[in-house]
Amino acid sequence: MNILSLLGTMPGAIAQGLIWGIMAIGVFLTYKILDIADLTVDGSICTGGAVCVMLLLNGCPLWLSLLTALLAGMLAGLVTGLFHTLMGIPALLAGILTQLSLYSINLKIMGKANQSINVRMHDLLVSMQFLKGVPFYKNSIFVVFLFIAVIIGLLYWFFGTEWGSAIRATGNNPAMSRAQGINTNFNKVIGLMLSNGLVALSGALLAQYQGFADVSMGRGAIVIGLAAVIIGEAVFGRFFTQMYMKLISVAVGSVIYYIVYQTVIWCGIDTDLLKMLSAIVVAVFLGVPFWKKKLSEKYSAKGGKKNAGA
Amino acid sequence: MPALDLLQITKTFNRGTVNEKRALENLSLSLNPGDFVTVIGGNGAGKSTMLNAIAGIWPLDSGSVLLSGKDVTALPEYKRAAYLGRVFQDPMLGTAAGMSILENLALAARRGKRRGLAWEIKKSEQARYQELLASLNLGLENRMTSKVGLLSGGQRQAVTLLMAIIQKPELLLLDEHTAALDPKTAATVLELTDKFVKEKNLTTLMVTHNMQNAIDYGNRLIMMNNGKIILDIYGEEKKKLTVETLLHKFEEISGSEFANDRALLS
Repeated sequence: MNILSLLGTMPGAIAQGLIWGIMAIGVFLTYKILDIADLTVDGSICTGGAVCVMLLLNGCPLWLSLLTALLAGMLAGLVTGLFHTLMGIPALLAGILTQLSLYSINLKIMGKANQSINVRMHDLLVSMQFLKGVPFYKNSIFVVFLFIAVIIGLLYWFFGTEWGSAIRATGNNPAMSRAQGINTNFNKVIGLMLSNGLVALSGALLAQYQGFADVSMGRGAIVIGLAAVIIGEAVFGRFFTQMYMKLISVAVGSVIYYIVYQTVIWCGIDTDLLKMLSAIVVAVFLGVPFWKKKLSEKYSAKGGKKNAGA
Repeated sequence: MPALDLLQITKTFNRGTVNEKRALENLSLSLNPGDFVTVIGGNGAGKSTMLNAIAGIWPLDSGSVLLSGKDVTALPEYKRAAYLGRVFQDPMLGTAAGMSILENLALAARRGKRRGLAWEIKKSEQARYQELLASLNLGLENRMTSKVGLLSGGQRQAVTLLMAIIQKPELLLLDEHTAALDPKTAATVLELTDKFVKEKNLTTLMVTHNMQNAIDYGNRLIMMNNGKIILDIYGEEKKKLTVETLLHKFEEISGSEFANDRALLS
Protein backbone atom coordinates (compact mmCIF):
# COMPACT_ATOMS: atom_id res chain seq x y z
CA MET A 1 0.00 0.00 0.00
CA ASN A 2 1.55 3.17 -1.21
CA ILE A 3 0.60 6.35 0.56
CA LEU A 4 1.59 8.36 -2.50
CA SER A 5 -0.96 6.54 -4.62
CA LEU A 6 -3.58 7.50 -2.03
CA LEU A 7 -2.52 11.12 -2.14
CA GLY A 8 -2.68 10.97 -5.93
CA THR A 9 -6.38 10.11 -5.74
CA MET A 10 -7.18 13.03 -3.45
CA PRO A 11 -7.72 15.78 -6.07
CA GLY A 12 -10.21 13.48 -7.81
CA ALA A 13 -11.93 12.73 -4.51
CA ILE A 14 -12.21 16.42 -3.71
CA ALA A 15 -13.58 17.33 -7.15
CA GLN A 16 -16.09 14.50 -7.00
CA GLY A 17 -17.00 15.41 -3.43
CA LEU A 18 -17.68 19.00 -4.45
CA ILE A 19 -19.84 17.94 -7.42
CA TRP A 20 -21.85 15.64 -5.16
CA GLY A 21 -21.89 18.49 -2.65
CA ILE A 22 -24.25 20.39 -4.95
CA MET A 23 -26.46 17.32 -5.01
CA ALA A 24 -26.24 17.04 -1.20
CA ILE A 25 -27.33 20.67 -0.83
CA GLY A 26 -30.40 19.71 -2.86
CA VAL A 27 -31.05 16.83 -0.47
CA PHE A 28 -30.55 19.20 2.48
CA LEU A 29 -33.33 21.45 1.14
CA THR A 30 -35.88 18.64 1.16
CA TYR A 31 -34.65 16.52 4.05
CA LYS A 32 -33.76 19.24 6.52
CA ILE A 33 -35.77 22.29 5.47
CA LEU A 34 -38.97 20.74 4.11
CA ASP A 35 -38.77 17.65 6.33
CA ILE A 36 -39.39 15.37 3.33
CA ALA A 37 -37.22 12.41 2.32
CA ASP A 38 -37.35 12.90 -1.45
CA LEU A 39 -36.28 9.86 -3.47
CA THR A 40 -36.78 11.64 -6.80
CA VAL A 41 -33.09 12.56 -6.66
CA ASP A 42 -31.94 9.05 -7.64
CA GLY A 43 -33.58 9.69 -10.99
CA SER A 44 -33.17 13.43 -11.41
CA ILE A 45 -29.38 13.35 -11.02
CA CYS A 46 -29.23 11.09 -14.08
CA THR A 47 -31.78 13.24 -15.91
CA GLY A 48 -29.45 16.20 -15.41
CA GLY A 49 -26.50 14.23 -16.75
CA ALA A 50 -28.44 12.77 -19.67
CA VAL A 51 -29.92 16.10 -20.77
CA CYS A 52 -26.58 17.87 -20.55
CA VAL A 53 -24.61 15.17 -22.43
CA MET A 54 -27.19 14.83 -25.22
CA LEU A 55 -27.38 18.59 -25.73
CA LEU A 56 -23.58 18.88 -25.82
CA LEU A 57 -23.30 15.99 -28.28
CA ASN A 58 -25.76 17.81 -30.51
CA GLY A 59 -23.72 20.98 -30.44
CA CYS A 60 -25.68 22.98 -27.92
CA PRO A 61 -23.62 25.63 -26.05
CA LEU A 62 -22.31 24.58 -22.66
CA TRP A 63 -24.21 27.11 -20.53
CA LEU A 64 -27.50 26.41 -22.25
CA SER A 65 -26.98 22.68 -21.71
CA LEU A 66 -26.38 23.21 -18.00
CA LEU A 67 -29.40 25.49 -17.69
CA THR A 68 -31.63 22.99 -19.50
CA ALA A 69 -30.41 20.21 -17.21
CA LEU A 70 -31.34 22.37 -14.22
CA LEU A 71 -34.79 23.03 -15.65
CA ALA A 72 -35.30 19.32 -16.39
CA GLY A 73 -34.54 18.57 -12.74
CA MET A 74 -37.01 21.23 -11.61
CA LEU A 75 -39.64 19.61 -13.82
CA ALA A 76 -39.00 16.27 -12.08
CA GLY A 77 -39.40 18.03 -8.72
CA LEU A 78 -42.65 19.58 -9.94
CA VAL A 79 -44.02 16.13 -10.78
CA THR A 80 -43.15 14.76 -7.33
CA GLY A 81 -44.61 17.88 -5.74
CA LEU A 82 -47.89 17.52 -7.61
CA PHE A 83 -48.07 13.79 -6.83
CA HIS A 84 -47.68 14.72 -3.18
CA THR A 85 -49.85 17.83 -2.83
CA LEU A 86 -52.45 17.51 -5.58
CA MET A 87 -52.94 13.75 -5.43
CA GLY A 88 -52.29 13.27 -1.72
CA ILE A 89 -49.61 10.60 -2.19
CA PRO A 90 -47.19 10.37 0.75
CA ALA A 91 -43.99 12.25 -0.11
CA LEU A 92 -41.76 9.18 0.06
CA LEU A 93 -43.94 7.23 -2.36
CA ALA A 94 -44.40 10.26 -4.64
CA GLY A 95 -40.62 10.46 -4.97
CA ILE A 96 -40.31 6.75 -5.69
CA LEU A 97 -42.96 6.98 -8.43
CA THR A 98 -41.21 9.88 -10.15
CA GLN A 99 -37.85 8.16 -9.79
CA LEU A 100 -39.20 5.03 -11.47
CA SER A 101 -40.69 6.93 -14.38
CA LEU A 102 -37.46 8.91 -14.73
CA TYR A 103 -35.66 5.63 -15.42
CA SER A 104 -37.70 5.27 -18.61
CA ILE A 105 -37.41 8.95 -19.42
CA ASN A 106 -33.64 8.91 -18.97
CA LEU A 107 -33.36 5.92 -21.33
CA LYS A 108 -35.46 7.80 -23.87
CA ILE A 109 -33.37 10.95 -23.53
CA MET A 110 -30.14 9.04 -24.18
CA GLY A 111 -31.58 6.47 -26.59
CA LYS A 112 -29.56 3.81 -24.78
CA ALA A 113 -28.28 3.07 -21.30
CA ASN A 114 -25.02 4.97 -21.64
CA GLN A 115 -23.76 7.98 -23.59
CA SER A 116 -20.18 9.07 -23.41
CA ILE A 117 -18.76 12.46 -24.23
CA ASN A 118 -15.14 13.03 -25.13
CA VAL A 119 -13.41 15.94 -23.48
CA ARG A 120 -11.07 16.32 -26.48
CA MET A 121 -13.93 16.78 -28.90
CA HIS A 122 -16.25 18.87 -26.76
CA ASP A 123 -15.76 21.98 -24.73
CA LEU A 124 -16.53 20.77 -21.20
CA LEU A 125 -16.61 22.77 -18.00
CA VAL A 126 -15.23 20.07 -15.72
CA SER A 127 -13.41 16.84 -16.39
CA MET A 128 -11.11 14.33 -14.73
CA GLN A 129 -8.50 15.58 -17.21
CA PHE A 130 -8.75 19.09 -15.71
CA LEU A 131 -7.20 18.27 -12.34
CA LYS A 132 -3.52 18.59 -13.23
CA GLY A 133 -1.58 20.56 -15.80
CA VAL A 134 -4.29 23.15 -16.47
CA PRO A 135 -4.35 26.81 -15.39
CA PHE A 136 -6.04 27.16 -11.97
CA TYR A 137 -9.19 28.75 -13.38
CA LYS A 138 -9.75 25.67 -15.54
CA ASN A 139 -9.08 23.28 -12.68
CA SER A 140 -12.26 21.32 -11.98
CA ILE A 141 -11.90 21.71 -8.23
CA PHE A 142 -11.80 25.50 -8.62
CA VAL A 143 -14.71 25.58 -11.09
CA VAL A 144 -17.00 23.44 -8.94
CA PHE A 145 -15.94 25.36 -5.86
CA LEU A 146 -17.12 28.57 -7.56
CA PHE A 147 -20.42 26.90 -8.44
CA ILE A 148 -20.98 25.87 -4.83
CA ALA A 149 -20.05 29.32 -3.51
CA VAL A 150 -22.57 30.99 -5.82
CA ILE A 151 -25.28 28.41 -5.01
CA ILE A 152 -24.76 28.81 -1.26
CA GLY A 153 -24.84 32.59 -1.62
CA LEU A 154 -28.08 32.51 -3.59
CA LEU A 155 -29.74 30.03 -1.24
CA TYR A 156 -28.69 32.01 1.81
CA TRP A 157 -30.25 35.10 0.30
CA PHE A 158 -33.42 33.30 -0.79
CA PHE A 159 -34.06 31.65 2.58
CA GLY A 160 -33.65 35.00 4.27
CA THR A 161 -36.43 36.57 2.21
CA GLU A 162 -40.12 36.61 3.10
CA TRP A 163 -40.82 33.81 0.66
CA GLY A 164 -37.82 31.72 1.74
CA SER A 165 -38.78 32.13 5.40
CA ALA A 166 -42.27 30.93 4.56
CA ILE A 167 -40.75 27.79 3.01
CA ARG A 168 -38.66 27.21 6.13
CA ALA A 169 -41.77 27.65 8.28
CA THR A 170 -43.63 25.16 6.06
CA GLY A 171 -41.09 22.45 6.87
CA ASN A 172 -40.89 23.47 10.51
CA ASN A 173 -44.59 23.51 11.35
CA PRO A 174 -47.16 23.17 8.55
CA ALA A 175 -50.19 23.78 10.81
CA MET A 176 -48.71 27.01 12.14
CA SER A 177 -47.73 28.05 8.63
CA ARG A 178 -51.27 27.72 7.31
CA ALA A 179 -52.58 29.61 10.33
CA GLN A 180 -50.18 32.40 9.38
CA GLY A 181 -51.51 32.46 5.83
CA ILE A 182 -48.76 30.42 4.15
CA ASN A 183 -49.73 28.18 1.24
CA THR A 184 -47.86 25.10 2.44
CA ASN A 185 -48.64 22.94 -0.60
CA PHE A 186 -47.30 25.54 -3.01
CA ASN A 187 -44.15 25.99 -0.96
CA LYS A 188 -43.53 22.24 -0.79
CA VAL A 189 -43.71 22.07 -4.58
CA ILE A 190 -41.32 25.01 -4.93
CA GLY A 191 -38.91 23.41 -2.45
CA LEU A 192 -38.96 20.11 -4.33
CA MET A 193 -38.34 21.93 -7.62
CA LEU A 194 -35.40 23.87 -6.21
CA SER A 195 -33.92 20.73 -4.73
CA ASN A 196 -34.20 18.62 -7.86
CA GLY A 197 -32.96 21.47 -10.02
CA LEU A 198 -29.74 21.50 -7.99
CA VAL A 199 -29.52 17.71 -8.09
CA ALA A 200 -29.84 17.72 -11.89
CA LEU A 201 -27.21 20.44 -12.16
CA SER A 202 -24.93 18.27 -10.07
CA GLY A 203 -25.68 15.37 -12.45
CA ALA A 204 -24.81 17.54 -15.44
CA LEU A 205 -21.43 18.38 -13.90
CA LEU A 206 -20.85 14.78 -12.84
CA ALA A 207 -21.51 13.45 -16.37
CA GLN A 208 -19.00 15.91 -17.80
CA TYR A 209 -16.48 15.11 -15.10
CA GLN A 210 -16.60 11.34 -15.62
CA GLY A 211 -17.09 11.67 -19.39
CA PHE A 212 -20.40 9.84 -19.65
CA ALA A 213 -23.99 9.72 -18.47
CA ASP A 214 -25.32 6.34 -17.40
CA VAL A 215 -28.86 5.32 -16.62
CA SER A 216 -27.76 3.83 -13.31
CA MET A 217 -25.53 6.75 -12.25
CA GLY A 218 -28.10 7.88 -9.68
CA ARG A 219 -28.52 4.58 -7.90
CA GLY A 220 -28.25 5.26 -4.20
CA ALA A 221 -27.71 8.99 -4.76
CA ILE A 222 -30.10 9.82 -1.91
CA VAL A 223 -27.91 7.80 0.46
CA ILE A 224 -24.77 9.71 -0.58
CA GLY A 225 -26.67 12.99 -0.21
CA LEU A 226 -27.92 12.02 3.23
CA ALA A 227 -24.44 10.86 4.21
CA ALA A 228 -23.04 14.27 3.28
CA VAL A 229 -25.78 16.06 5.25
CA ILE A 230 -25.23 13.84 8.27
CA ILE A 231 -21.42 13.98 8.17
CA GLY A 232 -21.57 17.78 7.86
CA GLU A 233 -23.91 17.95 10.83
CA ALA A 234 -21.83 15.58 12.93
CA VAL A 235 -18.60 17.49 12.28
CA PHE A 236 -19.82 21.10 12.33
CA GLY A 237 -23.35 20.99 13.76
CA ARG A 238 -22.27 22.28 17.16
CA PHE A 239 -20.83 25.55 15.86
CA PHE A 240 -22.58 26.05 12.54
CA THR A 241 -26.04 27.34 13.30
CA GLN A 242 -26.55 29.92 10.56
CA MET A 243 -28.16 28.83 7.33
CA TYR A 244 -25.12 29.52 5.14
CA MET A 245 -22.87 27.68 7.59
CA LYS A 246 -25.13 24.65 7.41
CA LEU A 247 -24.97 24.72 3.60
CA ILE A 248 -21.18 24.91 3.75
CA SER A 249 -21.05 22.01 6.19
CA VAL A 250 -23.15 19.90 3.77
CA ALA A 251 -20.69 20.59 0.94
CA VAL A 252 -17.72 19.83 3.18
CA GLY A 253 -19.51 16.71 4.41
CA SER A 254 -19.72 15.51 0.84
CA VAL A 255 -15.98 16.08 0.29
CA ILE A 256 -15.20 14.20 3.52
CA TYR A 257 -17.41 11.35 2.30
CA TYR A 258 -15.43 11.03 -0.94
CA ILE A 259 -12.06 11.28 0.79
CA VAL A 260 -13.09 8.45 3.12
CA TYR A 261 -14.50 6.55 0.14
CA GLN A 262 -11.19 6.78 -1.75
CA THR A 263 -9.25 5.82 1.36
CA VAL A 264 -11.43 2.74 1.86
CA ILE A 265 -10.80 1.73 -1.77
CA TRP A 266 -7.08 2.33 -1.27
CA CYS A 267 -7.20 0.01 1.75
CA GLY A 268 -8.12 -2.72 -0.72
CA ILE A 269 -11.73 -3.36 0.22
CA ASP A 270 -13.94 -5.19 -2.30
CA THR A 271 -15.55 -2.32 -4.24
CA ASP A 272 -18.74 -4.37 -4.67
CA LEU A 273 -19.36 -3.78 -0.97
CA LEU A 274 -19.11 0.01 -1.11
CA LYS A 275 -22.82 0.76 -1.52
CA MET A 276 -23.66 -1.48 1.39
CA LEU A 277 -21.04 0.22 3.54
CA SER A 278 -22.47 3.64 2.64
CA ALA A 279 -25.94 2.47 3.62
CA ILE A 280 -24.67 1.10 6.95
CA VAL A 281 -22.82 4.33 7.71
CA VAL A 282 -25.98 6.39 7.06
CA ALA A 283 -28.13 3.97 9.09
CA VAL A 284 -25.74 4.20 12.04
CA PHE A 285 -25.60 8.00 11.90
CA LEU A 286 -29.39 8.28 11.64
CA GLY A 287 -29.74 5.88 14.56
CA VAL A 288 -27.29 7.63 16.88
CA PRO A 289 -29.45 10.72 17.69
CA PHE A 290 -32.43 8.45 18.33
CA TRP A 291 -30.53 6.30 20.81
CA LYS A 292 -28.86 9.28 22.38
CA LYS A 293 -32.29 10.74 23.11
CA LYS A 294 -33.64 7.44 24.34
CA LEU A 295 -30.71 6.88 26.68
CA SER A 296 -30.74 10.45 27.99
CA GLU A 297 -34.45 10.12 28.76
CA LYS A 298 -33.80 6.89 30.59
CA TYR A 299 -30.93 8.49 32.44
CA SER A 300 -32.89 11.60 33.42
CA ALA A 301 -35.82 9.44 34.53
CA LYS A 302 -33.45 7.59 36.88
CA GLY A 303 -32.03 10.89 38.08
CA GLY A 304 -35.53 12.11 38.78
CA LYS A 305 -36.26 9.12 40.94
CA LYS A 306 -33.07 9.59 42.82
CA ASN A 307 -33.92 13.20 43.53
CA ALA A 308 -37.44 12.32 44.57
CA GLY A 309 -36.06 9.80 47.03
CA ALA A 310 -33.66 12.28 48.58
CA MET B 1 -72.32 44.44 10.30
CA PRO B 2 -71.57 41.34 12.42
CA ALA B 3 -67.89 40.42 12.75
CA LEU B 4 -68.77 36.74 12.35
CA ASP B 5 -71.81 35.02 10.93
CA LEU B 6 -72.16 31.26 11.01
CA LEU B 7 -75.22 30.34 8.95
CA GLN B 8 -76.58 26.87 9.66
CA ILE B 9 -73.27 25.09 9.43
CA THR B 10 -73.19 21.30 9.55
CA LYS B 11 -70.20 18.99 9.68
CA THR B 12 -70.11 15.22 9.79
CA PHE B 13 -66.94 13.25 10.40
CA ASN B 14 -66.36 9.72 9.05
CA ARG B 15 -69.54 9.85 7.03
CA GLY B 16 -70.82 6.43 6.01
CA THR B 17 -68.76 4.49 8.54
CA VAL B 18 -69.63 3.05 11.94
CA ASN B 19 -67.74 6.00 13.44
CA GLU B 20 -69.96 8.58 11.77
CA LYS B 21 -70.28 11.61 14.00
CA ARG B 22 -72.39 14.70 13.43
CA ALA B 23 -70.04 17.23 15.02
CA LEU B 24 -71.95 20.41 14.13
CA GLU B 25 -75.68 20.43 13.55
CA ASN B 26 -77.25 23.39 11.77
CA LEU B 27 -75.32 25.75 13.98
CA SER B 28 -75.85 29.47 13.61
CA LEU B 29 -74.04 32.19 15.52
CA SER B 30 -73.56 35.90 15.03
CA LEU B 31 -70.88 37.96 16.77
CA ASN B 32 -70.89 41.75 17.02
CA PRO B 33 -67.61 43.58 16.57
CA GLY B 34 -65.85 43.70 19.93
CA ASP B 35 -67.71 40.73 21.41
CA PHE B 36 -65.54 38.60 23.71
CA VAL B 37 -67.37 35.29 23.77
CA THR B 38 -66.40 32.37 25.99
CA VAL B 39 -67.43 28.89 24.83
CA ILE B 40 -68.01 25.96 27.17
CA GLY B 41 -69.44 22.49 26.72
CA GLY B 42 -68.92 18.81 27.47
CA ASN B 43 -66.58 16.38 25.75
CA GLY B 44 -67.31 16.23 22.03
CA ALA B 45 -69.81 19.09 22.16
CA GLY B 46 -68.30 20.62 19.03
CA LYS B 47 -66.42 23.58 20.52
CA SER B 48 -63.13 23.01 18.74
CA THR B 49 -64.96 21.81 15.64
CA MET B 50 -66.76 25.15 15.46
CA LEU B 51 -63.45 27.02 15.65
CA ASN B 52 -61.92 24.73 13.02
CA ALA B 53 -64.95 25.33 10.80
CA ILE B 54 -64.32 29.06 11.02
CA ALA B 55 -60.60 28.56 10.32
CA GLY B 56 -61.40 26.37 7.33
CA ILE B 57 -59.41 23.24 8.22
CA TRP B 58 -61.81 21.11 6.14
CA PRO B 59 -64.87 21.79 3.97
CA LEU B 60 -68.32 21.94 5.59
CA ASP B 61 -71.25 19.67 4.68
CA SER B 62 -73.48 22.72 4.39
CA GLY B 63 -73.90 26.27 5.63
CA SER B 64 -71.69 29.33 5.27
CA VAL B 65 -69.10 31.28 7.21
CA LEU B 66 -69.06 35.08 6.89
CA LEU B 67 -66.31 37.27 8.31
CA SER B 68 -67.32 40.95 8.47
CA GLY B 69 -69.85 40.24 5.77
CA LYS B 70 -67.40 38.46 3.42
CA ASP B 71 -68.35 34.91 2.54
CA VAL B 72 -65.18 32.87 3.20
CA THR B 73 -66.81 29.42 3.03
CA ALA B 74 -64.95 28.51 -0.16
CA LEU B 75 -61.56 29.90 0.90
CA PRO B 76 -58.82 27.47 1.96
CA GLU B 77 -57.35 27.70 5.46
CA TYR B 78 -54.28 29.70 4.44
CA LYS B 79 -56.38 32.38 2.73
CA ARG B 80 -58.79 32.78 5.65
CA ALA B 81 -55.76 33.28 7.87
CA ALA B 82 -55.69 36.89 6.62
CA TYR B 83 -58.74 37.60 8.78
CA LEU B 84 -58.00 35.36 11.74
CA GLY B 85 -55.68 35.19 14.73
CA ARG B 86 -55.45 31.71 16.20
CA VAL B 87 -54.00 30.16 19.34
CA PHE B 88 -54.20 26.41 19.81
CA GLN B 89 -54.38 24.17 22.86
CA ASP B 90 -51.02 22.55 22.15
CA PRO B 91 -48.26 25.12 22.77
CA MET B 92 -46.10 23.28 20.19
CA LEU B 93 -48.61 23.92 17.42
CA GLY B 94 -48.68 27.70 17.20
CA THR B 95 -45.00 28.47 16.60
CA ALA B 96 -42.15 27.19 14.42
CA ALA B 97 -39.79 25.58 16.94
CA GLY B 98 -36.73 25.68 14.71
CA MET B 99 -37.02 29.41 14.03
CA SER B 100 -36.23 32.33 16.33
CA ILE B 101 -38.80 34.42 18.22
CA LEU B 102 -37.99 37.26 15.85
CA GLU B 103 -38.58 35.11 12.76
CA ASN B 104 -41.86 33.79 14.13
CA LEU B 105 -43.14 37.31 14.78
CA ALA B 106 -42.00 38.43 11.33
CA LEU B 107 -43.90 35.52 9.76
CA ALA B 108 -47.05 36.51 11.63
CA ALA B 109 -46.64 40.19 10.71
CA ARG B 110 -46.98 39.14 7.05
CA ARG B 111 -50.13 37.08 7.54
CA GLY B 112 -52.44 37.69 4.61
CA LYS B 113 -49.84 39.68 2.71
CA ARG B 114 -47.84 38.68 -0.34
CA ARG B 115 -44.55 37.10 0.63
CA GLY B 116 -42.02 38.21 -1.93
CA LEU B 117 -38.28 38.46 -2.23
CA ALA B 118 -37.82 41.32 0.23
CA TRP B 119 -35.62 40.55 3.23
CA GLU B 120 -37.71 38.98 6.00
CA ILE B 121 -36.27 40.67 9.10
CA LYS B 122 -36.10 44.42 8.71
CA LYS B 123 -34.28 46.62 11.22
CA SER B 124 -37.27 48.94 11.52
CA GLU B 125 -39.54 46.09 12.58
CA GLN B 126 -37.18 44.76 15.22
CA ALA B 127 -37.80 47.67 17.56
CA ARG B 128 -41.54 47.18 17.32
CA TYR B 129 -41.27 43.45 18.02
CA GLN B 130 -39.03 44.16 20.98
CA GLU B 131 -41.62 46.53 22.40
CA LEU B 132 -44.40 44.00 21.88
CA LEU B 133 -42.39 41.26 23.55
CA ALA B 134 -41.64 43.55 26.48
CA SER B 135 -45.40 44.00 26.93
CA LEU B 136 -45.59 40.29 27.80
CA ASN B 137 -43.42 40.86 30.87
CA LEU B 138 -41.67 37.52 30.38
CA GLY B 139 -38.20 38.85 29.59
CA LEU B 140 -38.46 37.56 26.02
CA GLU B 141 -37.44 40.95 24.57
CA ASN B 142 -33.85 40.02 25.46
CA ARG B 143 -34.04 36.62 23.77
CA MET B 144 -35.32 37.62 20.35
CA THR B 145 -32.83 35.46 18.45
CA SER B 146 -33.43 32.35 20.58
CA LYS B 147 -35.12 29.44 18.88
CA VAL B 148 -38.75 29.17 20.00
CA GLY B 149 -38.16 25.47 20.69
CA LEU B 150 -36.07 26.50 23.71
CA LEU B 151 -38.97 28.31 25.39
CA SER B 152 -41.36 26.85 27.95
CA GLY B 153 -44.94 26.00 27.03
CA GLY B 154 -46.28 29.15 28.66
CA GLN B 155 -43.75 31.36 26.91
CA ARG B 156 -44.56 29.72 23.58
CA GLN B 157 -48.26 30.28 24.15
CA ALA B 158 -47.60 33.95 24.97
CA VAL B 159 -45.58 34.32 21.75
CA THR B 160 -48.35 32.59 19.79
CA LEU B 161 -50.86 35.02 21.29
CA LEU B 162 -48.67 37.91 20.26
CA MET B 163 -48.42 36.45 16.75
CA ALA B 164 -52.21 36.18 16.59
CA ILE B 165 -52.71 39.86 17.36
CA ILE B 166 -49.58 41.40 15.79
CA GLN B 167 -51.85 42.42 12.94
CA LYS B 168 -55.33 43.20 14.23
CA PRO B 169 -57.40 40.13 13.23
CA GLU B 170 -61.09 40.46 12.43
CA LEU B 171 -61.62 37.52 14.75
CA LEU B 172 -59.42 35.96 17.42
CA LEU B 173 -59.89 32.21 17.88
CA LEU B 174 -58.60 30.76 21.15
CA ASP B 175 -58.98 27.00 21.40
CA GLU B 176 -58.45 26.08 25.07
CA HIS B 177 -55.19 27.94 24.81
CA THR B 178 -54.42 27.71 28.52
CA ALA B 179 -55.48 24.09 29.04
CA ALA B 180 -52.00 22.61 28.67
CA LEU B 181 -50.35 25.08 31.06
CA ASP B 182 -49.83 24.93 34.80
CA PRO B 183 -52.37 27.03 36.80
CA LYS B 184 -50.03 29.96 37.44
CA THR B 185 -48.85 30.21 33.82
CA ALA B 186 -52.41 29.71 32.60
CA ALA B 187 -53.50 32.69 34.70
CA THR B 188 -50.70 34.83 33.26
CA VAL B 189 -51.57 33.94 29.65
CA LEU B 190 -55.26 34.54 30.35
CA GLU B 191 -54.54 37.97 31.83
CA LEU B 192 -52.46 38.82 28.75
CA THR B 193 -55.31 37.66 26.53
CA ASP B 194 -57.80 39.85 28.35
CA LYS B 195 -55.40 42.81 28.18
CA PHE B 196 -54.88 42.50 24.41
CA VAL B 197 -58.57 41.93 23.69
CA LYS B 198 -59.53 45.06 25.63
CA GLU B 199 -56.68 47.23 24.31
CA LYS B 200 -57.31 46.39 20.69
CA ASN B 201 -61.05 45.83 21.00
CA LEU B 202 -60.77 42.39 19.38
CA THR B 203 -63.73 40.23 18.51
CA THR B 204 -62.89 36.97 20.26
CA LEU B 205 -64.10 33.40 20.56
CA MET B 206 -62.46 31.64 23.50
CA VAL B 207 -63.09 27.97 24.13
CA THR B 208 -62.32 27.03 27.72
CA HIS B 209 -62.76 24.05 29.98
CA ASN B 210 -62.70 26.28 33.04
CA MET B 211 -66.25 27.39 33.88
CA GLN B 212 -65.07 30.06 36.28
CA ASN B 213 -62.89 31.61 33.57
CA ALA B 214 -65.79 31.45 31.15
CA ILE B 215 -67.85 33.46 33.62
CA ASP B 216 -65.11 35.91 34.63
CA TYR B 217 -63.94 36.86 31.15
CA GLY B 218 -65.79 38.32 28.19
CA ASN B 219 -69.22 39.85 27.69
CA ARG B 220 -71.01 36.82 26.37
CA LEU B 221 -71.05 33.10 27.11
CA ILE B 222 -72.27 30.26 24.95
CA MET B 223 -72.67 26.65 25.94
CA MET B 224 -72.61 23.85 23.40
CA ASN B 225 -73.93 20.31 23.40
CA ASN B 226 -74.08 17.75 20.56
CA GLY B 227 -72.97 20.22 17.92
CA LYS B 228 -75.50 22.88 18.87
CA ILE B 229 -75.54 26.04 20.94
CA ILE B 230 -77.87 25.38 23.88
CA LEU B 231 -77.28 28.51 25.93
CA ASP B 232 -76.33 32.07 25.00
CA ILE B 233 -76.00 34.62 27.79
CA TYR B 234 -75.04 38.32 27.47
CA GLY B 235 -73.99 41.30 29.54
CA GLU B 236 -75.60 41.83 32.93
CA GLU B 237 -77.15 38.40 33.06
CA LYS B 238 -73.74 36.83 32.40
CA LYS B 239 -72.15 38.73 35.27
CA LYS B 240 -74.58 37.12 37.70
CA LEU B 241 -73.70 33.57 36.66
CA THR B 242 -72.07 31.07 38.99
CA VAL B 243 -70.62 27.66 38.19
CA GLU B 244 -73.51 26.00 40.02
CA THR B 245 -76.20 27.82 38.06
CA LEU B 246 -74.37 27.01 34.82
CA LEU B 247 -74.20 23.30 35.63
CA HIS B 248 -77.83 23.36 36.67
CA LYS B 249 -78.89 25.09 33.44
CA PHE B 250 -76.93 22.56 31.43
CA GLU B 251 -78.67 19.61 33.06
CA GLU B 252 -82.03 21.30 32.66
CA ILE B 253 -81.63 21.95 28.94
CA SER B 254 -79.75 18.88 27.82
CA GLY B 255 -81.35 16.42 30.21
CA SER B 256 -77.95 14.91 30.99
CA GLU B 257 -75.04 15.49 33.30
CA PHE B 258 -72.28 17.86 32.27
CA ALA B 259 -69.48 15.56 31.15
CA ASN B 260 -66.15 17.28 30.75
CA ASP B 261 -63.35 15.51 32.55
CA ARG B 262 -61.20 18.59 32.85
CA ALA B 263 -63.99 21.00 33.73
CA LEU B 264 -65.08 18.86 36.65
CA LEU B 265 -61.55 18.47 37.93
CA SER B 266 -60.70 22.15 37.78
